[in-house]
Amino acid sequence: MAQVELRGVTKSFGAFLAVKTVDIDFQEGSFTTLLGPSGCGKTTILRMIAGLEKPTGGDILIGGRRVNDVPVHKRNLGIVFQNYALFPHKTIGENIAFGLKYRGVSRADAAKKVSDALDIVRLPGVEDRYPTQLSGGQQQRIALARAIVIEPDVLLLDEPLSALDANLREELRVELKTIQHRIGVTSVFVTHDQSEALAMSDRIVVMSAGRVQQQGEPEEVYNAPATEFVASFLGAANLIEATVASADGADVVVDTRHFGRFAVPKKAANGLGPGARGKVVARAEKLKLYPAASAPEGGVSAPGTVEATDYQGQIVRYFVRVGDIQLQSVGMIDGSPFQEGTEIAVGIRPDECVVLPAEEPSE
Amino acid sequence: MAKATAFDPRPWYLLSPALLAIAFLVIAPICFILVYSFYINVDLGVDEVAFQFGNWQDLLTDSYYHNAIWKTFRMAVIVTVLAAFLGYIPAYFIAHTNFRRKWLLLLLLILPFWVSFIIRTMSWIHIMGNQGAINGVLIWLGLTDEPISMMYNEFAVIVGFIHVFLPYMILNVYVSLEGIDRNLEPAARTLGCTPWQAFREVTLPLSLPGLAAGSLLVFVLTAGSYVTPIILGGPNDFLFGNLIYDAVVSELNWPMGATLSFTLLFLLGIVVVIYSRFMGLNQLYKALS
Ligand SMILES: Nc1ncnc2c1ncn2[C@@H]1O[C@H](COP(=O)(O)OP(=O)(O)O)[C@@H](O)[C@H]1O
Ligand SMILES: [Mg+2]
Repeated sequence: MAQVELRGVTKSFGAFLAVKTVDIDFQEGSFTTLLGPSGCGKTTILRMIAGLEKPTGGDILIGGRRVNDVPVHKRNLGIVFQNYALFPHKTIGENIAFGLKYRGVSRADAAKKVSDALDIVRLPGVEDRYPTQLSGGQQQRIALARAIVIEPDVLLLDEPLSALDANLREELRVELKTIQHRIGVTSVFVTHDQSEALAMSDRIVVMSAGRVQQQGEPEEVYNAPATEFVASFLGAANLIEATVASADGADVVVDTRHFGRFAVPKKAANGLGPGARGKVVARAEKLKLYPAASAPEGGVSAPGTVEATDYQGQIVRYFVRVGDIQLQSVGMIDGSPFQEGTEIAVGIRPDECVVLPAEEPSE
Repeated sequence: MAKATAFDPRPWYLLSPALLAIAFLVIAPICFILVYSFYINVDLGVDEVAFQFGNWQDLLTDSYYHNAIWKTFRMAVIVTVLAAFLGYIPAYFIAHTNFRRKWLLLLLLILPFWVSFIIRTMSWIHIMGNQGAINGVLIWLGLTDEPISMMYNEFAVIVGFIHVFLPYMILNVYVSLEGIDRNLEPAARTLGCTPWQAFREVTLPLSLPGLAAGSLLVFVLTAGSYVTPIILGGPNDFLFGNLIYDAVVSELNWPMGATLSFTLLFLLGIVVVIYSRFMGLNQLYKALS
C-alpha cells in the first residue's frame, strides 16, 4: 500500500512554477529517493509532504488520508535536514526527547526511548552533551535519532549526507540504510548525488525542472532511462542520433551516421515507428574500445581516436572522437591503456542499448 | 609545578594606543569628576578646592535625589520593556521576510540617525500637541471639540524615548534572529509544536542574547537622558540627568553636578556589570559591528 501519495501536486512561488503536476507513490516501508540537480524542486516536494509548504494544486495523501489541510505538527513525520538543525540551546537528550515531550510521553519512558534511540545510531551515553560538542557526523546521527524516536509515519531526509566529508558520507549511508531497514519506516530521501541514490534506494524518482522524468527501481532507471536527461544524469551515457529504419519483427532497426545500421530489441525502442528520429543511449561502461582494425567480427563499431584519458585508480575514462561527436568510455584497466591520439575502434552492444525519442526543445 | 614564563611585552605595545586613548578620554575625565565632587561650591560658578563630603552627604540624605533615582529607574524599565515588545516584532519581520532587498529595510531603521535626535523629539509637538496632527484629525472628524492634551506629561516622554531608541532594540534583536538556523522552527514543528510553541521553544530563547543587549542599550540610554524630558515632559517629569543639567548649567554648581554625574555613572555601571555577569558583552559587539 502506498503510504504517501502525491496526486498532481503543483507548487508555484509567485509566477515561478517550482513543482509541475507531480504524481508519486511512496510504498509503505520503502526507501524512495528524489534525485535531481539543485533547484529542481526536491526540497519543495519534501516540505509539502511535511506540511511546511502548501501545494498550489493537487492532493497529498498520507496513509490514505488527504493531508493538504493538516498542519505540520499533526502529521507525525520525522525530518532530517542537511545542516542537522539540532537545537543548540538544548542537550542531546533534550533534543531527542523534544518530540516525545509534545506527544505526552512521561519523563521516565522518554529517557528510556532516548537511550534506545542513541543505541540505534550507535552514540550511547551522550545525553548530557550539547550539539556543538559533537562532530558533524555525530550531529547528523543525533538528528536521525530525534526524527525516528517519535516513530514517525514517514521519515523525510533532505540531503542528510551532503554536509559530511566523503568517507563519512559513505559510512553513514550504509548505516542509514541499515537503520531504515531495521525499523521499516517509509522513507523519502532527497539527494543530487546519483551514486547515493543508486546505492540506497528501493525506488528512484528522477526529477528535472520541477517535473518527474522517470521513476522506478535503481537498475531500471539506470539501464533503461526514459529520457535523455535521465540517461545523462545517472552515470555517463553516450547519446547517438538515430533514425528508425524499420520496426517489423522482434527488433527495431535504426540508422546512425557513425555506427551504421543495426538492430535493437523492440522493448528497448520505446515504441518508435519507422521514420521516427531518436537517440541511441549507450552507457559509457558498455562502450568497448579495441585496437584499430581488430574490432570483433559482426559487432557494431566505428573507427575513432582517443582524445583524452582520465585515470581514476583502477578505472580509466576515455574521451573518444568518432566523426563529429565525442563519446565516453569507462572501463577497468587491463593490460596497457590506450594513449591519447591512438587510433582505435569503438564498439557498442546493440542488445544493451536503449533508443529514446528525440526531444522537442523544452521551454 | 609552575613553569616560569618570561614576560612578553609585545601585546602591550600593540594595545598601548588603545590603552592611552582610554586613559586620557575615559579614565582621566572620570577622575576629574570624582575629584570635583569633593570641592565646595562657594557661589554661582565659584568653587573652592577642598576634600570634604558635603556634596555626597546631600546626595545621601536629600530624598529629592532618591526620588529622582527611583523615577529614572522606573522610566528606564518602562521604556526598555515597551521597546523590547515593540522592537521584537519588526526585527522578526525583517529577519524572516522573503523581500529581496533586506538592506533597504535595515537602511530605513538607520535613516532617522541622520536627523538630530532633538529635532526628531520635537517633531512630537507637531504630532501630539494641541495644534498637532492627531488633534487636528480628531477635531476634523468631529470626534472631539477640545484638543486632547497629550503633551508635556510622562506619556509623551515615553513616546519620545521609544521613538528614538527603538532602532537600537530592533537592530540587536535582528542580529540575533538572523543568526538562528532557518530549519530549527520547521524541525520543532514536525516534532509536534504549533507555530507559537516552536517560536517559544526555539526562536525566543535563541534570540534572548540580542534582546538582552538591546535592552541594556535602551536602559542605559534612557537612564542617562535629560533632553527628552525637557522637550516633551512636564515640570514633574524630570529624570536624574535633568538634576545634573540643572546643577551644572542653571545653578553653576559644578561640585554637586560632579557628584550627581559620578553617581549616575556608578549606578549604570552596576547595571552593565550585572548584565555582563549573565550575558557576556560579546553580543553587544556583534550588534554594533
Ligand atoms: N520560498 C521560496 N520562494 C521562492 N522560490 C523558492 C522558494 N523555495 C524554493 N524556491 C525555488 O524553487 C526551486 C526549487 O527549489 P528546491 O525545492 O529547494 O530545489 P532543490 O531542493 O531540488 O535544490 C528553486 O528554483 C528555488 O529557487
Ligand atoms: Mg534542496
